[in-house]
Amino acid sequence: MGRKTISSKPDIIFPIIGFLAFLLVVSFMITLIVDIAIDGYEKLIDPSFYTSYPSRFPEKAGILSGWVGTTLVMAGAIFWSLLIGIPAGIYLEEYATKRGIIGKIETIIELNINNLAAVPAIIYGLLALGIFVYRFKLGESILTAGLTLSILMLPVIVVNTREAIRRIPRDIREGAYAVGATKWDTIRDHILPYSLGGILTGLIIAASRAIGETAPLVTIGALTFIAFLPPSPFTSEFPFFSLEKAWEVLMSPFTVLPIQIFNWVSRPQAAFQINAAAAGFVLLVLTVIMNALAYYLRQRVRRKYIW
Amino acid sequence: MVFSFIAYKKLLDKCVLAVFFTAGFITIFITIGIVYVLLSDALKFFQEVPIERFLTEKEWTPVFATKKFGIWPLVAGTFLIAAIAVLVSVPLGLIIAIYLSEYASVRVKEVAKPIIEFLEAVPTVVYGYFTLLFVTPILQKIVPDLEAFNSLAPGIVLGFMILPYTASMAEDAMKGVPQRIREASYALGATRLRTAISIVLPAAISGVVAGFILGASRAIGETMVVAIAAGMYPNLTLDPREPIQTMTGYIVQVALGDLPYGSIEYLSIFAVGFALFIIAFIFNSIALWLRSRIREVY
Repeated sequence: MGRKTISSKPDIIFPIIGFLAFLLVVSFMITLIVDIAIDGYEKLIDPSFYTSYPSRFPEKAGILSGWVGTTLVMAGAIFWSLLIGIPAGIYLEEYATKRGIIGKIETIIELNINNLAAVPAIIYGLLALGIFVYRFKLGESILTAGLTLSILMLPVIVVNTREAIRRIPRDIREGAYAVGATKWDTIRDHILPYSLGGILTGLIIAASRAIGETAPLVTIGALTFIAFLPPSPFTSEFPFFSLEKAWEVLMSPFTVLPIQIFNWVSRPQAAFQINAAAAGFVLLVLTVIMNALAYYLRQRVRRKYIW
Repeated sequence: MVFSFIAYKKLLDKCVLAVFFTAGFITIFITIGIVYVLLSDALKFFQEVPIERFLTEKEWTPVFATKKFGIWPLVAGTFLIAAIAVLVSVPLGLIIAIYLSEYASVRVKEVAKPIIEFLEAVPTVVYGYFTLLFVTPILQKIVPDLEAFNSLAPGIVLGFMILPYTASMAEDAMKGVPQRIREASYALGATRLRTAISIVLPAAISGVVAGFILGASRAIGETMVVAIAAGMYPNLTLDPREPIQTMTGYIVQVALGDLPYGSIEYLSIFAVGFALFIIAFIFNSIALWLRSRIREVY
């Protein structure tokens, strides 16, 4: 009896240490959020902060061009990463045969995607600077920024697409084939609808990472001082949409929220720090919402499809 | 009529296959593009600056009048910060991993995992702000002679940032150890802690270490926190109180200025980027290799 109490002592102490270590992490995060909220409070409650352009005067400066830029760049990034990511994921799960030369290529694709996920983000910035900006001559534009961030999001989307598809049992496919469906019929009518929740979760997680990404956009030359918005592609006359203007939007210089924050943090005047904190809080709230949404979706998908 | 419909379906199937394969194939071009851009511009750099100077000089001053191109101050800065991050993250991560995998209830785990994983989702520029204006001022009260820009504060913050790798991935690896092995250990009279440390941890060690290495790799490649809070001063030092510059920090510094295409400054960021890519690639390959070993144990 006595021996037992001595030997089980570590089992009483260690969980307490472990829980305290976890509490340390939680308090780190709370401190971060509270510190930024307090520092930026003054600007956060000021409506003109959200509707003003950046300015030399900290009290007048706002994040209008920042959030418009972030929205446009993210729209591009989501478009491109889905365009490549979903088909690539479906291919690796549904079509890959792992035989012959094609099989070798498939293995390379798979390894490559794993490797891409771990490449430092700034390297993608250098890739974009060398390829999109200087070799393709796309300039330091919204289009370039969207393409750059889409490369960052791609591995996450491929991995999540594959996981979502892998959860669908073989019987569903066999059932479809049995009634004469082709592979594409099966994918379109069964695989895609059932895996949509999982793919969406991956998309949101990828987007929440990309929205706060700063380094690759600094490298491709995002500007910090943009006192205008891209032109609107919508017109008052028929057909209400101008392709020329839309191209102008894609090619216009841009700034995004994280770049704006970076610029404000680097300034010596303390007043700009308030702006940086306020914009940082806005960005933080966005990422919290996106991650919570992804978490909720993932739980729902798990409960909805129990095969 | 029926036959042509089937032929059409078959053709459609082939087309879709081609499209999907192309999408997969494009991902390879991204890597080829990275290697091509980095290599071609880094080679141009080495035509103007011999590689011996890059590897032997002790100073890095490409933007000064007397240019020196020794990569070591940047490498030292990068590894100093990564080392501090690992020193903070590994003990903390290991304790949390053991706690979550061996002790915590399902409910605690369900709350803890998303919180820890959120650490990586926080925009790094926000971490940068927090490091410069909150962590450094507090550390200055504790550590004497700590400068406004230093490697200690960013290192500590990065240590928390990489916990998703050092804690969460390590926990995943330990969770993968079969329950029967634990039961056997308990049956011999070992405590939970004893079992965790001398049975579960060694069994899961390749996965745990893979997490540590991926975390270190993440700290090496991290840009904004160090660009904001570590200074812009290439400094060959191991003193965590002094301002330094990392490889990523240098790339940001040059990119912020107006860089003419093909100038020596423009080319230098590709040389530095290439070195960074190789370091990250080595770390990731080791981690992937270690992770592939997990399944071979049982």
